[in-house]
Amino acid sequence: MGTGGRKFGTWVTWFLVGGDLYTAYTFVAVPALMFASGALGFFAVPYTIVVYPLVFLPALRLWSVAHRHGYVTAADFVRGRHGSNALGVAIALTGIVATMPYIALQMVGIQAVVEAIGIKGHWPLVIAFVVLAAYTYSSGLRAPALIAFVKDSLIYLVILVAVIYVPIKLGGYDKIFQAAASVLPTKPNKGSITLHDTQYLAYSTLALGSALALFLYPHAITGVLASRSRETIKKNMSMLPAYSLMLGFLALLGYMAIAAKITPAMGANGKADSNTIVPVLFDHEFPSWFAGIAMGAIAIGALVPAAIMSIAAANTFTRDIYRPYLRPNASAGEEVLVSKIVSLVVKFGALLVILFINVQFALDFQLIGGIIIIQILPAVVFGLYTRWFHRWALLVGWAVGIVTSLWMLWYVPNPATNHKHFGGATWALSHLGFDTKATIWVGIPTLLLNALVAAVLTPLFARLPRGHDETRPEDFHAEAGEPGVAPIPVG
Amino acid sequence: MSTEKPVHDERPNRARLIVHPANALLLIPLIGTLIPMFYNRVHPTIGGMPFFYWYQLVWIPISVALTYLAYRLTRGVR
Repeated sequence: MGTGGRKFGTWVTWFLVGGDLYTAYTFVAVPALMFASGALGFFAVPYTIVVYPLVFLPALRLWSVAHRHGYVTAADFVRGRHGSNALGVAIALTGIVATMPYIALQMVGIQAVVEAIGIKGHWPLVIAFVVLAAYTYSSGLRAPALIAFVKDSLIYLVILVAVIYVPIKLGGYDKIFQAAASVLPTKPNKGSITLHDTQYLAYSTLALGSALALFLYPHAITGVLASRSRETIKKNMSMLPAYSLMLGFLALLGYMAIAAKITPAMGANGKADSNTIVPVLFDHEFPSWFAGIAMGAIAIGALVPAAIMSIAAANTFTRDIYRPYLRPNASAGEEVLVSKIVSLVVKFGALLVILFINVQFALDFQLIGGIIIIQILPAVVFGLYTRWFHRWALLVGWAVGIVTSLWMLWYVPNPATNHKHFGGATWALSHLGFDTKATIWVGIPTLLLNALVAAVLTPLFARLPRGHDETRPEDFHAEAGEPGVAPIPVG
Repeated sequence: MSTEKPVHDERPNRARLIVHPANALLLIPLIGTLIPMFYNRVHPTIGGMPFFYWYQLVWIPISVALTYLAYRLTRGVR
Protein backbone atom coordinates (compact mmCIF):
# COMPACT_ATOMS: atom_id res chain seq x y z
CA MET A 1 0.00 0.00 0.00
CA GLY A 2 1.48 3.27 -1.02
CA THR A 3 4.63 1.56 -2.13
CA GLY A 4 4.41 2.87 -5.65
CA GLY A 5 5.01 -0.48 -7.26
CA ARG A 6 8.53 -0.76 -5.92
CA LYS A 7 9.56 -3.85 -4.01
CA PHE A 8 10.56 -3.04 -0.47
CA GLY A 9 11.99 -5.20 2.28
CA THR A 10 10.22 -6.09 5.50
CA TRP A 11 10.98 -3.12 7.70
CA VAL A 12 10.31 -0.45 5.15
CA THR A 13 7.11 -2.20 4.09
CA TRP A 14 6.10 -2.56 7.73
CA PHE A 15 6.62 1.15 8.30
CA LEU A 16 4.71 2.19 5.17
CA VAL A 17 1.85 -0.27 5.49
CA GLY A 18 1.49 0.61 9.15
CA GLY A 19 1.34 4.29 8.34
CA ASP A 20 -1.52 3.63 5.96
CA LEU A 21 -3.45 1.77 8.67
CA TYR A 22 -3.74 5.05 10.56
CA THR A 23 -6.40 6.69 8.48
CA ALA A 24 -9.44 8.74 9.40
CA TYR A 25 -10.84 5.40 10.58
CA THR A 26 -8.45 5.31 13.54
CA PHE A 27 -8.03 9.05 14.15
CA VAL A 28 -11.61 10.19 13.69
CA ALA A 29 -14.22 7.45 13.31
CA VAL A 30 -13.28 5.02 16.09
CA PRO A 31 -12.80 7.70 18.80
CA ALA A 32 -16.10 9.33 17.72
CA LEU A 33 -17.91 6.02 18.15
CA MET A 34 -16.32 5.49 21.57
CA PHE A 35 -17.28 9.06 22.54
CA ALA A 36 -20.95 8.43 21.69
CA SER A 37 -21.47 4.70 22.31
CA GLY A 38 -18.74 3.51 24.65
CA ALA A 39 -17.32 -0.03 24.66
CA LEU A 40 -18.89 -1.05 21.32
CA GLY A 41 -16.40 1.16 19.47
CA PHE A 42 -13.51 -0.90 20.86
CA PHE A 43 -14.38 -3.71 18.40
CA ALA A 44 -11.73 -2.09 16.18
CA VAL A 45 -9.08 -3.68 18.43
CA PRO A 46 -10.14 -7.35 18.00
CA TYR A 47 -10.74 -6.52 14.30
CA THR A 48 -7.14 -5.47 13.79
CA ILE A 49 -5.89 -8.37 15.92
CA VAL A 50 -7.64 -11.14 13.98
CA VAL A 51 -7.24 -9.71 10.48
CA TYR A 52 -3.62 -10.87 10.10
CA PRO A 53 -3.98 -14.46 11.33
CA LEU A 54 -7.09 -14.71 9.13
CA VAL A 55 -5.52 -13.55 5.87
CA PHE A 56 -2.06 -15.04 6.53
CA LEU A 57 -2.61 -18.22 4.48
CA PRO A 58 -4.95 -17.04 1.68
CA ALA A 59 -2.67 -14.03 1.02
CA LEU A 60 0.24 -16.38 0.31
CA ARG A 61 -1.76 -18.41 -2.21
CA LEU A 62 -2.96 -15.24 -3.91
CA TRP A 63 0.57 -13.83 -4.11
CA SER A 64 1.90 -17.01 -5.71
CA VAL A 65 -0.83 -17.53 -8.28
CA ALA A 66 -0.81 -13.82 -9.16
CA HIS A 67 2.93 -13.86 -9.77
CA ARG A 68 2.69 -16.97 -11.95
CA HIS A 69 -0.06 -15.53 -14.12
CA GLY A 70 0.47 -11.78 -13.92
CA TYR A 71 -2.76 -11.07 -12.04
CA VAL A 72 -2.90 -7.56 -10.60
CA THR A 73 -6.47 -7.50 -9.26
CA ALA A 74 -8.97 -9.86 -7.65
CA ALA A 75 -10.99 -9.74 -10.87
CA ASP A 76 -7.95 -10.89 -12.89
CA PHE A 77 -7.60 -13.92 -10.65
CA VAL A 78 -11.31 -14.79 -10.68
CA ARG A 79 -11.46 -14.57 -14.48
CA GLY A 80 -8.43 -16.83 -14.84
CA ARG A 81 -9.48 -19.30 -12.16
CA HIS A 82 -13.17 -19.68 -12.88
CA GLY A 83 -13.03 -18.91 -16.60
CA SER A 84 -15.89 -16.45 -16.34
CA ASN A 85 -15.81 -12.96 -17.76
CA ALA A 86 -19.15 -12.12 -16.13
CA LEU A 87 -17.85 -13.07 -12.69
CA GLY A 88 -14.69 -11.03 -13.31
CA VAL A 89 -16.75 -7.94 -14.15
CA ALA A 90 -18.94 -8.46 -11.06
CA ILE A 91 -15.81 -8.64 -8.86
CA ALA A 92 -14.31 -5.52 -10.44
CA LEU A 93 -17.51 -3.48 -10.08
CA THR A 94 -17.95 -4.62 -6.47
CA GLY A 95 -14.42 -3.43 -5.65
CA ILE A 96 -15.03 -0.03 -7.25
CA VAL A 97 -18.40 0.55 -5.56
CA ALA A 98 -17.28 -0.74 -2.13
CA THR A 99 -14.31 1.63 -2.17
CA MET A 100 -16.61 4.67 -2.40
CA PRO A 101 -18.01 4.59 1.15
CA TYR A 102 -14.51 3.82 2.49
CA ILE A 103 -13.23 6.98 0.75
CA ALA A 104 -16.31 8.80 2.08
CA LEU A 105 -15.03 8.04 5.59
CA GLN A 106 -11.66 9.62 4.73
CA MET A 107 -13.37 12.71 3.31
CA VAL A 108 -15.45 13.02 6.47
CA GLY A 109 -12.16 12.91 8.40
CA ILE A 110 -10.70 15.82 6.43
CA GLN A 111 -14.03 17.63 6.78
CA ALA A 112 -13.90 17.18 10.57
CA VAL A 113 -10.47 18.82 10.76
CA VAL A 114 -11.68 21.78 8.69
CA GLU A 115 -14.79 22.09 10.88
CA ALA A 116 -12.65 21.99 14.03
CA ILE A 117 -10.62 24.93 12.73
CA GLY A 118 -13.89 26.87 12.79
CA ILE A 119 -14.97 26.91 9.15
CA LYS A 120 -18.74 26.49 8.95
CA GLY A 121 -21.51 25.35 6.64
CA HIS A 122 -20.83 23.23 3.56
CA TRP A 123 -17.35 24.61 3.02
CA PRO A 124 -15.51 21.92 5.04
CA LEU A 125 -16.88 19.14 2.79
CA VAL A 126 -16.20 21.15 -0.36
CA ILE A 127 -12.63 21.76 0.80
CA ALA A 128 -12.16 18.06 1.65
CA PHE A 129 -13.33 16.99 -1.81
CA VAL A 130 -11.28 19.56 -3.72
CA VAL A 131 -8.09 18.88 -1.75
CA LEU A 132 -8.44 15.13 -2.26
CA ALA A 133 -9.23 15.41 -5.95
CA ALA A 134 -6.37 17.84 -6.57
CA TYR A 135 -3.91 15.73 -4.59
CA THR A 136 -4.70 12.49 -6.42
CA TYR A 137 -4.88 14.11 -9.83
CA SER A 138 -1.50 15.77 -9.46
CA SER A 139 0.31 12.94 -7.68
CA GLY A 140 -0.46 10.64 -10.60
CA LEU A 141 -1.17 6.96 -10.36
CA ARG A 142 1.62 6.07 -7.97
CA ALA A 143 1.77 7.44 -4.48
CA PRO A 144 5.32 8.71 -3.95
CA ALA A 145 7.23 6.79 -1.29
CA LEU A 146 8.92 9.94 0.01
CA ILE A 147 5.58 11.53 0.92
CA ALA A 148 4.60 8.30 2.62
CA PHE A 149 7.75 8.47 4.79
CA VAL A 150 7.15 12.08 5.81
CA LYS A 151 3.46 11.43 6.44
CA ASP A 152 4.06 8.31 8.49
CA SER A 153 6.77 9.94 10.65
CA LEU A 154 4.37 12.80 11.38
CA ILE A 155 1.56 10.40 12.24
CA TYR A 156 3.68 8.27 14.59
CA LEU A 157 4.88 11.43 16.35
CA VAL A 158 1.32 12.69 16.87
CA ILE A 159 0.09 9.29 18.05
CA LEU A 160 2.88 8.97 20.61
CA VAL A 161 2.29 12.45 21.97
CA ALA A 162 -1.49 11.97 22.01
CA VAL A 163 -1.49 8.70 23.93
CA ILE A 164 1.11 9.82 26.48
CA TYR A 165 0.69 13.58 26.97
CA VAL A 166 -3.13 13.82 26.92
CA PRO A 167 -3.79 11.13 29.60
CA ILE A 168 -1.14 12.68 31.86
CA LYS A 169 -2.74 16.09 31.45
CA LEU A 170 -6.18 14.65 32.24
CA GLY A 171 -4.99 13.00 35.45
CA GLY A 172 -4.43 9.42 34.26
CA TYR A 173 -6.55 6.58 32.87
CA ASP A 174 -8.32 6.18 36.20
CA LYS A 175 -9.93 9.62 35.84
CA ILE A 176 -10.61 9.09 32.14
CA PHE A 177 -12.53 5.84 32.65
CA GLN A 178 -14.41 7.26 35.65
CA ALA A 179 -15.58 10.19 33.53
CA ALA A 180 -16.61 7.85 30.69
CA ALA A 181 -18.45 5.50 33.07
CA SER A 182 -20.55 8.31 34.50
CA VAL A 183 -21.21 10.28 31.29
CA LEU A 184 -21.82 7.52 28.68
CA PRO A 185 -25.15 6.25 30.14
CA THR A 186 -26.56 9.79 29.98
CA LYS A 187 -25.94 10.10 26.22
CA PRO A 188 -28.66 9.32 23.62
CA ASN A 189 -26.99 5.98 22.79
CA LYS A 190 -27.03 4.95 26.48
CA GLY A 191 -23.51 3.62 26.23
CA SER A 192 -21.35 2.05 28.90
CA ILE A 193 -17.68 1.26 29.44
CA THR A 194 -18.58 -2.43 29.09
CA LEU A 195 -20.90 -4.04 26.56
CA HIS A 196 -24.61 -4.58 27.13
CA ASP A 197 -25.61 -8.26 26.71
CA THR A 198 -27.45 -7.29 23.55
CA GLN A 199 -24.21 -5.96 21.98
CA TYR A 200 -22.22 -9.22 22.05
CA LEU A 201 -23.36 -10.38 18.63
CA ALA A 202 -22.76 -6.96 17.06
CA TYR A 203 -19.29 -6.73 18.66
CA SER A 204 -18.19 -10.16 17.38
CA THR A 205 -19.63 -9.77 13.89
CA LEU A 206 -18.27 -6.24 13.48
CA ALA A 207 -14.76 -7.41 14.42
CA LEU A 208 -14.79 -10.64 12.40
CA GLY A 209 -16.58 -9.12 9.41
CA SER A 210 -14.32 -6.06 9.19
CA ALA A 211 -11.32 -8.41 9.28
CA LEU A 212 -12.69 -10.68 6.53
CA ALA A 213 -13.52 -7.66 4.37
CA LEU A 214 -10.31 -5.61 4.68
CA PHE A 215 -8.03 -7.57 2.37
CA LEU A 216 -10.65 -7.90 -0.38
CA TYR A 217 -10.55 -4.16 -1.23
CA PRO A 218 -8.64 -3.36 -4.43
CA HIS A 219 -6.05 -1.22 -2.61
CA ALA A 220 -5.35 -3.95 -0.05
CA ILE A 221 -4.86 -6.59 -2.74
CA THR A 222 -2.48 -4.22 -4.55
CA GLY A 223 -0.57 -3.94 -1.28
CA VAL A 224 -0.28 -7.70 -0.81
CA LEU A 225 0.82 -8.26 -4.40
CA ALA A 226 3.47 -5.52 -4.10
CA SER A 227 5.30 -7.58 -1.47
CA ARG A 228 8.68 -8.94 -2.50
CA SER A 229 8.00 -12.58 -1.68
CA ARG A 230 5.84 -15.02 0.26
CA GLU A 231 8.31 -14.82 3.13
CA THR A 232 7.94 -11.02 3.22
CA ILE A 233 4.16 -11.37 3.49
CA LYS A 234 4.50 -13.88 6.31
CA LYS A 235 6.92 -11.68 8.21
CA ASN A 236 4.73 -8.59 7.71
CA MET A 237 1.56 -10.34 8.74
CA SER A 238 3.21 -11.46 11.96
CA MET A 239 4.48 -7.96 12.78
CA LEU A 240 1.50 -5.85 11.77
CA PRO A 241 -0.73 -6.62 14.76
CA ALA A 242 1.70 -4.57 16.83
CA TYR A 243 -0.01 -1.53 15.33
CA SER A 244 -3.25 -2.48 17.02
CA LEU A 245 -1.73 -1.39 20.33
CA MET A 246 -1.57 2.21 19.11
CA LEU A 247 -5.06 1.84 17.67
CA GLY A 248 -6.34 0.74 21.07
CA PHE A 249 -4.97 3.86 22.75
CA LEU A 250 -6.21 6.10 19.93
CA ALA A 251 -9.70 4.63 20.41
CA LEU A 252 -9.51 5.78 24.02
CA LEU A 253 -9.15 9.38 22.76
CA GLY A 254 -12.97 9.18 22.64
CA TYR A 255 -13.04 8.74 26.42
CA MET A 256 -10.35 11.38 26.88
CA ALA A 257 -12.63 13.80 25.02
CA ILE A 258 -15.40 12.93 27.51
CA ALA A 259 -13.05 13.48 30.46
CA ALA A 260 -11.88 16.80 28.99
CA LYS A 261 -15.56 17.83 28.56
CA ILE A 262 -15.08 18.45 24.83
CA THR A 263 -18.02 19.92 22.90
CA PRO A 264 -17.90 18.84 19.24
CA ALA A 265 -17.60 21.57 16.61
CA MET A 266 -20.63 22.43 14.50
CA GLY A 267 -21.26 20.37 11.38
CA ALA A 268 -22.84 21.31 8.04
CA ASN A 269 -26.40 20.73 9.34
CA GLY A 270 -25.89 23.19 12.20
CA LYS A 271 -25.74 20.38 14.77
CA ALA A 272 -22.73 19.20 16.75
CA ASP A 273 -20.57 16.88 14.61
CA SER A 274 -19.14 14.19 16.89
CA ASN A 275 -16.50 13.38 14.25
CA THR A 276 -14.70 16.56 15.29
CA ILE A 277 -13.96 15.49 18.87
CA VAL A 278 -10.34 14.42 18.30
CA PRO A 279 -9.28 17.56 16.42
CA VAL A 280 -11.13 19.69 19.00
CA LEU A 281 -9.49 17.70 21.82
CA PHE A 282 -6.05 18.32 20.28
CA ASP A 283 -6.87 22.00 19.96
CA HIS A 284 -7.97 22.04 23.60
CA GLU A 285 -5.06 20.12 25.12
CA PHE A 286 -2.02 20.89 22.96
CA PRO A 287 -0.14 24.17 22.61
CA SER A 288 -1.44 25.78 19.43
CA TRP A 289 1.67 25.06 17.33
CA PHE A 290 1.46 21.34 18.05
CA ALA A 291 -2.32 21.28 17.64
CA GLY A 292 -1.68 22.58 14.12
CA ILE A 293 0.81 19.76 13.40
CA ALA A 294 -1.57 17.18 14.87
CA MET A 295 -4.53 18.35 12.79
CA GLY A 296 -2.35 18.39 9.70
CA ALA A 297 -1.35 14.80 10.46
CA ILE A 298 -5.01 13.74 10.70
CA ALA A 299 -5.84 15.43 7.40
CA ILE A 300 -2.83 13.95 5.56
CA GLY A 301 -3.53 10.62 7.23
CA ALA A 302 -6.94 10.68 5.55
CA LEU A 303 -5.75 12.16 2.27
CA VAL A 304 -3.04 9.67 1.31
CA PRO A 305 -5.06 6.46 1.94
CA ALA A 306 -8.05 7.97 0.13
CA ALA A 307 -5.81 8.65 -2.86
CA ILE A 308 -4.40 5.11 -2.76
CA MET A 309 -7.92 3.65 -2.55
CA SER A 310 -9.28 5.66 -5.44
CA ILE A 311 -6.25 4.88 -7.61
CA ALA A 312 -6.58 1.13 -6.94
CA ALA A 313 -10.30 1.22 -7.78
CA ALA A 314 -9.58 3.20 -10.95
CA ASN A 315 -6.89 0.73 -12.03
CA THR A 316 -9.37 -2.11 -11.55
CA PHE A 317 -11.78 -0.35 -13.89
CA THR A 318 -9.15 0.27 -16.55
CA ARG A 319 -7.73 -3.21 -16.37
CA ASP A 320 -10.83 -5.35 -15.91
CA ILE A 321 -13.57 -3.41 -17.67
CA TYR A 322 -12.23 -0.70 -19.98
CA ARG A 323 -9.42 -2.56 -21.71
CA PRO A 324 -11.08 -5.98 -22.16
CA TYR A 325 -14.58 -4.80 -23.07
CA LEU A 326 -14.65 -1.15 -24.08
CA ARG A 327 -11.35 -0.34 -25.83
CA PRO A 328 -9.12 -3.39 -26.38
CA ASN A 329 -6.67 -1.30 -28.42
CA ALA A 330 -6.35 1.61 -25.99
CA SER A 331 -2.89 3.15 -25.87
CA ALA A 332 -0.97 3.33 -22.59
CA GLY A 333 -1.52 7.10 -22.48
CA GLU A 334 -5.26 6.66 -22.94
CA GLU A 335 -5.35 4.13 -20.10
CA VAL A 336 -3.56 6.53 -17.76
CA LEU A 337 -6.08 9.23 -18.63
CA VAL A 338 -9.03 6.85 -18.11
CA SER A 339 -7.61 5.81 -14.72
CA LYS A 340 -7.30 9.45 -13.67
CA ILE A 341 -10.87 10.20 -14.72
CA VAL A 342 -12.27 7.10 -13.02
CA SER A 343 -10.36 7.94 -9.85
CA LEU A 344 -12.19 11.30 -9.90
CA VAL A 345 -15.50 9.53 -10.52
CA VAL A 346 -14.86 7.26 -7.53
CA LYS A 347 -14.23 10.29 -5.31
CA PHE A 348 -17.36 11.92 -6.66
CA GLY A 349 -19.20 8.72 -5.75
CA ALA A 350 -17.79 9.07 -2.24
CA LEU A 351 -19.12 12.63 -2.11
CA LEU A 352 -22.59 11.43 -3.14
CA VAL A 353 -22.41 8.77 -0.42
CA ILE A 354 -21.80 11.50 2.16
CA LEU A 355 -24.55 13.73 0.80
CA PHE A 356 -27.27 11.12 0.40
CA ILE A 357 -26.61 8.42 2.98
CA ASN A 358 -27.43 9.55 6.49
CA VAL A 359 -25.41 7.23 8.68
CA GLN A 360 -25.24 7.79 12.41
CA PHE A 361 -21.45 7.44 12.61
CA ALA A 362 -18.70 8.02 10.06
CA LEU A 363 -17.53 4.51 10.85
CA ASP A 364 -20.76 3.17 9.32
CA PHE A 365 -19.45 4.20 5.89
CA GLN A 366 -16.51 1.82 6.24
CA LEU A 367 -18.84 -0.87 7.58
CA ILE A 368 -21.20 -0.51 4.60
CA GLY A 369 -18.20 -0.73 2.24
CA GLY A 370 -17.24 -3.94 4.05
CA ILE A 371 -20.72 -5.42 3.61
CA ILE A 372 -20.44 -4.87 -0.15
CA ILE A 373 -16.84 -6.05 -0.63
CA ILE A 374 -17.26 -9.18 1.52
CA GLN A 375 -19.65 -10.57 -1.11
CA ILE A 376 -16.66 -11.34 -3.37
CA LEU A 377 -15.15 -13.62 -0.72
CA PRO A 378 -16.59 -16.90 -2.07
CA ALA A 379 -15.37 -16.29 -5.62
CA VAL A 380 -11.93 -15.06 -4.52
CA VAL A 381 -11.02 -16.86 -1.28
CA PHE A 382 -12.88 -20.14 -1.85
CA GLY A 383 -11.44 -19.95 -5.37
CA LEU A 384 -7.92 -19.90 -3.93
CA TYR A 385 -8.56 -23.31 -2.40
CA THR A 386 -11.06 -25.13 -4.59
CA ARG A 387 -12.62 -25.32 -8.03
CA TRP A 388 -15.65 -27.18 -6.69
CA PHE A 389 -17.98 -24.17 -7.03
CA HIS A 390 -19.60 -23.61 -10.42
CA ARG A 391 -18.94 -20.16 -11.90
CA TRP A 392 -22.63 -19.41 -12.41
CA ALA A 393 -23.44 -20.57 -8.87
CA LEU A 394 -20.82 -18.13 -7.54
CA LEU A 395 -22.30 -15.36 -9.68
CA VAL A 396 -25.86 -16.00 -8.45
CA GLY A 397 -24.58 -16.26 -4.85
CA TRP A 398 -22.82 -12.90 -5.25
CA ALA A 399 -25.99 -11.28 -6.65
CA VAL A 400 -28.13 -12.70 -3.83
CA GLY A 401 -25.56 -11.47 -1.27
CA ILE A 402 -25.53 -7.93 -2.70
CA VAL A 403 -29.32 -7.67 -3.01
CA THR A 404 -30.06 -9.01 0.49
CA SER A 405 -27.38 -6.73 1.95
CA LEU A 406 -28.98 -3.66 0.38
CA TRP A 407 -32.42 -4.85 1.46
CA MET A 408 -31.28 -5.30 5.07
CA LEU A 409 -29.43 -1.95 5.10
CA TRP A 410 -32.68 -0.34 3.92
CA TYR A 411 -34.16 -1.36 7.27
CA VAL A 412 -31.39 0.13 9.41
CA PRO A 413 -32.64 3.44 10.84
CA ASN A 414 -30.59 6.34 12.16
CA PRO A 415 -32.14 7.24 15.52
CA ALA A 416 -30.05 10.42 15.81
CA THR A 417 -31.58 12.06 12.73
CA ASN A 418 -34.84 10.07 12.47
CA HIS A 419 -33.88 8.76 9.03
CA LYS A 420 -35.49 5.38 8.49
CA HIS A 421 -33.10 3.87 5.94
CA PHE A 422 -29.35 3.27 5.51
CA GLY A 423 -28.69 4.72 8.95
CA GLY A 424 -25.99 2.24 9.93
CA ALA A 425 -24.55 -1.22 9.28
CA THR A 426 -26.05 -3.42 12.01
CA TRP A 427 -29.51 -4.91 11.57
CA ALA A 428 -32.00 -5.55 14.39
CA LEU A 429 -32.79 -9.22 15.04
CA SER A 430 -36.27 -8.07 16.05
CA HIS A 431 -37.03 -8.02 12.29
CA LEU A 432 -37.01 -11.80 12.51
CA GLY A 433 -39.57 -11.73 15.31
CA PHE A 434 -37.11 -12.16 18.17
CA ASP A 435 -37.88 -10.13 21.25
CA THR A 436 -34.44 -8.59 21.61
CA LYS A 437 -32.49 -5.40 21.07
CA ALA A 438 -29.56 -7.39 19.67
CA THR A 439 -28.20 -6.41 16.26
CA ILE A 440 -25.87 -8.10 13.79
CA TRP A 441 -23.45 -6.67 11.22
CA VAL A 442 -25.29 -7.20 7.92
CA GLY A 443 -22.27 -8.65 6.08
CA ILE A 444 -22.07 -11.90 8.06
CA PRO A 445 -25.59 -13.30 7.40
CA THR A 446 -25.54 -12.11 3.78
CA LEU A 447 -22.10 -13.68 3.20
CA LEU A 448 -23.41 -16.97 4.63
CA LEU A 449 -26.45 -16.77 2.35
CA ASN A 450 -24.20 -15.96 -0.61
CA ALA A 451 -22.01 -19.02 0.10
CA LEU A 452 -25.06 -21.23 0.73
CA VAL A 453 -26.66 -20.27 -2.59
CA ALA A 454 -23.37 -20.96 -4.39
CA ALA A 455 -23.07 -24.35 -2.67
CA VAL A 456 -26.67 -25.41 -3.39
CA LEU A 457 -26.63 -24.28 -7.01
CA THR A 458 -23.27 -25.88 -7.87
CA PRO A 459 -24.64 -29.47 -8.11
CA LEU A 460 -27.78 -28.18 -9.85
CA PHE A 461 -25.63 -26.45 -12.47
CA ALA A 462 -23.54 -29.59 -13.07
CA ARG A 463 -24.76 -29.86 -16.64
CA LEU A 464 -23.86 -26.28 -17.53
CA PRO A 465 -20.38 -25.85 -18.98
CA ARG A 466 -17.65 -25.15 -16.44
CA GLY A 467 -15.19 -22.38 -17.20
CA HIS A 468 -11.61 -23.06 -18.19
CA ASP A 469 -9.20 -22.93 -15.24
CA GLU A 470 -5.84 -21.61 -16.39
CA THR A 471 -4.17 -22.17 -13.00
CA ARG A 472 -2.48 -25.36 -11.80
CA PRO A 473 -2.20 -26.59 -8.21
CA GLU A 474 1.53 -25.84 -7.97
CA ASP A 475 0.93 -22.19 -8.98
CA PHE A 476 -0.49 -21.51 -5.52
CA HIS A 477 2.83 -22.33 -3.85
CA ALA A 478 5.31 -20.61 -6.16
CA GLU A 479 7.93 -18.45 -4.47
CA ALA A 480 9.95 -15.49 -5.72
CA GLY A 481 13.01 -16.46 -7.74
CA GLU A 482 11.43 -19.61 -9.16
CA PRO A 483 10.87 -20.12 -12.88
CA GLY A 484 7.68 -18.49 -14.12
CA VAL A 485 7.43 -16.14 -11.14
CA ALA A 486 7.71 -12.66 -12.57
CA PRO A 487 7.45 -9.35 -10.75
CA ILE A 488 4.07 -7.85 -11.59
CA PRO A 489 3.46 -4.20 -12.32
CA VAL A 490 1.29 -3.35 -9.35
CA GLY A 491 0.68 0.08 -7.94
CA MET B 1 -17.78 -13.78 -23.97
CA SER B 2 -15.12 -14.83 -26.41
CA THR B 3 -12.63 -16.44 -24.03
CA GLU B 4 -15.16 -18.76 -22.38
CA LYS B 5 -14.63 -22.17 -23.89
CA PRO B 6 -17.10 -24.88 -22.92
CA VAL B 7 -14.92 -27.56 -21.35
CA HIS B 8 -17.24 -30.32 -20.20
CA ASP B 9 -14.72 -32.83 -19.01
CA GLU B 10 -12.75 -30.53 -16.73
CA ARG B 11 -13.09 -31.85 -13.19
CA PRO B 12 -12.76 -29.68 -10.13
CA ASN B 13 -9.18 -29.51 -9.02
CA ARG B 14 -8.71 -32.34 -6.56
CA ALA B 15 -5.10 -31.76 -5.55
CA ARG B 16 -4.75 -32.58 -1.87
CA LEU B 17 -4.56 -29.47 0.29
CA ILE B 18 -1.88 -29.87 2.92
CA VAL B 19 -1.94 -27.43 5.81
CA HIS B 20 1.09 -27.31 8.08
CA PRO B 21 -0.01 -28.05 11.69
CA ALA B 22 1.77 -24.91 12.97
CA ASN B 23 -0.90 -22.88 11.19
CA ALA B 24 -3.36 -23.96 13.87
CA LEU B 25 -1.63 -21.32 16.01
CA LEU B 26 -3.40 -18.73 13.86
CA LEU B 27 -6.78 -19.80 15.23
CA ILE B 28 -5.93 -19.01 18.85
CA PRO B 29 -6.22 -15.17 18.61
CA LEU B 30 -9.69 -15.57 17.05
CA ILE B 31 -10.95 -17.63 19.94
CA GLY B 32 -9.32 -15.30 22.45
CA THR B 33 -10.80 -12.06 21.13
CA LEU B 34 -14.03 -12.72 19.24
CA ILE B 35 -16.17 -13.94 22.15
CA PRO B 36 -16.75 -10.79 24.24
CA MET B 37 -18.94 -12.45 26.88
CA PHE B 38 -15.72 -14.03 28.21
CA TYR B 39 -14.07 -10.71 29.00
CA ASN B 40 -16.88 -8.18 29.34
CA ARG B 41 -16.25 -6.91 32.86
CA VAL B 42 -14.69 -4.00 34.69
CA HIS B 43 -12.65 -5.80 37.38
CA PRO B 44 -9.79 -6.39 37.86
CA THR B 45 -8.52 -3.05 36.59
CA ILE B 46 -4.89 -2.20 35.83
CA GLY B 47 -3.80 1.40 36.30
CA GLY B 48 -7.44 2.47 36.18
CA MET B 49 -8.09 0.58 32.95
CA PRO B 50 -11.05 -1.88 33.14
CA PHE B 51 -10.47 -5.57 32.36
CA PHE B 52 -12.45 -5.33 29.10
CA TYR B 53 -9.81 -2.98 27.66
CA TRP B 54 -6.51 -4.33 28.97
CA TYR B 55 -7.54 -7.93 28.25
CA GLN B 56 -7.96 -7.13 24.56
CA LEU B 57 -4.77 -5.07 24.46
CA VAL B 58 -2.85 -7.98 26.04
CA TRP B 59 -4.00 -10.15 23.13
CA ILE B 60 -2.01 -7.97 20.73
CA PRO B 61 1.46 -9.17 21.82
CA ILE B 62 0.07 -12.72 22.19
CA SER B 63 -1.25 -12.57 18.62
CA VAL B 64 2.06 -11.19 17.32
CA ALA B 65 3.94 -14.00 19.09
CA LEU B 66 1.63 -16.73 17.76
CA THR B 67 1.63 -15.42 14.20
CA TYR B 68 5.41 -14.96 14.30
CA LEU B 69 5.78 -18.52 15.59
CA ALA B 70 3.58 -19.79 12.75
CA TYR B 71 5.81 -17.86 10.33
CA ARG B 72 9.04 -19.29 11.78
CA LEU B 73 7.77 -22.86 11.95
CA THR B 74 6.56 -22.77 8.34
CA ARG B 75 9.63 -21.06 6.87
CA GLY B 76 10.43 -22.55 3.50
CA VAL B 77 7.35 -24.81 3.76
CA ARG B 78 4.76 -24.36 1.04
